[in-house]
Amino acid sequence: MNGDDRTITMAHGAGGKDSSDLMRGIFGRRFSNPVLDSMEDAACLALPAGDVCVSTDSFVVTPVEFPGGDIGKLAVCGSVNDVLMMGAKPRYLTCGYILETGLSMKLLDRVAESMARAAGEAGVTIAAGDTKVIERRSAGEPGLMINTTCIGVRSRAGIGAANARAGDAVIVSGTLGDHHACILSARMGITNGIESDCAVLAPVTEALLAGGADVHVMRDITRGGLATVLNEIAVSSGVDIEIEDGAVPVTGEVKAFCGIMGLDPLYMGNEGKLAAIVAAEDEERALALIRSCALGRDAAVIGHISEVSGDPVVKMRTRIGGTRRIDMLIGEGLPRIC
Amino acid sequence: MTAARAIKIMEVCGTHTSSIFRSGLRSVLPEGVRLVSGPGCPVCVTPSAYIDRCVSFAMRPGHALVSFGDMLKVPGSGGSFPRSLDEAKGAGGRVEMVYSPFETLALAEREPDTVFIVAAVGFETTAPAYALLIDELIARGVRNVRLLTSLRSAIRAIEWICENERDIDGFLCPGHVSVITGSAVYAPVAEKYGKPFVVGGFEPRHLSEAVDELIRLAEKGGAAVVNRYVETVSEAGNEKARAVIASYFEMRDSAWRGLGAVADSGYYLRGEYAGFDAGSFGIEAEEILPEGCRCTEVITGRIDPNECPLFAGVCAPGNAVGPCMVSAEGACGIWYRNV
Repeated sequence: MNGDDRTITMAHGAGGKDSSDLMRGIFGRRFSNPVLDSMEDAACLALPAGDVCVSTDSFVVTPVEFPGGDIGKLAVCGSVNDVLMMGAKPRYLTCGYILETGLSMKLLDRVAESMARAAGEAGVTIAAGDTKVIERRSAGEPGLMINTTCIGVRSRAGIGAANARAGDAVIVSGTLGDHHACILSARMGITNGIESDCAVLAPVTEALLAGGADVHVMRDITRGGLATVLNEIAVSSGVDIEIEDGAVPVTGEVKAFCGIMGLDPLYMGNEGKLAAIVAAEDEERALALIRSCALGRDAAVIGHISEVSGDPVVKMRTRIGGTRRIDMLIGEGLPRIC
Repeated sequence: MTAARAIKIMEVCGTHTSSIFRSGLRSVLPEGVRLVSGPGCPVCVTPSAYIDRCVSFAMRPGHALVSFGDMLKVPGSGGSFPRSLDEAKGAGGRVEMVYSPFETLALAEREPDTVFIVAAVGFETTAPAYALLIDELIARGVRNVRLLTSLRSAIRAIEWICENERDIDGFLCPGHVSVITGSAVYAPVAEKYGKPFVVGGFEPRHLSEAVDELIRLAEKGGAAVVNRYVETVSEAGNEKARAVIASYFEMRDSAWRGLGAVADSGYYLRGEYAGFDAGSFGIEAEEILPEGCRCTEVITGRIDPNECPLFAGVCAPGNAVGPCMVSAEGACGIWYRNV
């Protein structure tokens, strides 16, 4: 790909020479590996022994590029993190690109390069891919959408949303709301220092598991935010969860942004944070293990699991000594209008 | 702690209702003190005829309706499909959800042949943004944007409550609105009705201080205006913002959902800017709400949301009967999420 200003046309999706040029010029070049380069109709993969863990996700974020990442990196982190949360090692990734006509080739190349870099960091091989071109559907920027599926293998079972027990500690691996606040800022044309936290969480999960912490549940805190994740865990495990308002880490800048916009960091999406539920006796050790990673330096114990008393609920002890119920996200998290 | 007598305090602003739940303040209130919501959520007081008008613009060829996300799921008067902007989108209408009215400029410049109708909903807090949008439209010579206004004065609504709901012992004044109006604006109302008004912020500390002050003043009785949000709200308010509102808008009678017609309570574009108006006049408030819907009593503090027979059953955020269940600032939606 030379530094030109060419754009995607319907011909790039027609399966002919232009499709082949796109494949060779961008995807083949950026994603090159023996599995993909064999150009067979299907990738044939060898997997080590253990449970195969699979997760798929589609990415439609706008803007496509944002401070701290882009849709290519995000598409890797999203699916890879989901596989990591099962205590598995991610091995392979598939990607399907849907491109709108008019999309800049240079932009697509940057996204592919970023995706390749993130896949490398995550230790996954891009084993299969597909590209479709559709007509541009709006007068805005031409769209770029990506679906990824990650395949991993786990050697030990026992981590899952149903495994939280009374007394367990709830740890979050870092500050909440950064990705959501970054994307909203970009869409609104607000200049600030907020960057997306978009990251592969492998260092954190590896540190926890290799360090021998008794981890019962791991969930990455994406759409719906921590509140939604904790409600899912409470329901799956049949427990109550109590968290402390003052303990939930949020950067000053994100807090200020949320104050202005009427948003609650508990309901905001992240792309590089996880919630871990660990056995009570491992609370300190698990926290230290997470904090030993650069991605987890702001980790904090934010609460504990308690016996259920009626329907499973998530409660927060507020700074003035009151309590509030933390429900899951209902509808969309939108900025207020007054 | 127990209050000397039963005290009913109204938090006028939807953001206060939300912050009060978030802070857990209700769980530590003295016995006998009751907090009720007021008409301070702009979405909740917007007549459904206004939503109908927005929907019809969204469905009109060559038009796009520009709105904040809060409005998309608000039901119109019912009857014909599509009922809401969300449904209009699904039915092939064009709705552009924006986070700031100024996003309309880029949309309009990119598509000069499309007419962009901005659903301009809000109180004194959002009115300056719409005034500045008109300013910018004129400066850039953009001619394909019109405002469908439902801009209102929160102060007029508080006066309406004072006149019609005599059992409220004190008012927690809206923090953001007060930034624009200044705390002095409440003095004549406080004097006329002999009630205490306290301006409060949104942090737990602000809220507990303001409510504590209100309890004290209500027990004492009589008129008072106290500003407990001095770091943000001044006595005079933001005169520049009020000046920019006044240069583009004038006050006229306006219809409020649940309250009916309120004299001089709506901000409408001045005659010289009529070319930017999409037809905001003559929107009547419905006299009869959907069967069973008790929105009126909720936004006037007569009942708590869970006293409405439709609450959390027929009426829920995904399938709302009234706007109070849809908006992030609406009392019913806040109760649904927190109680």
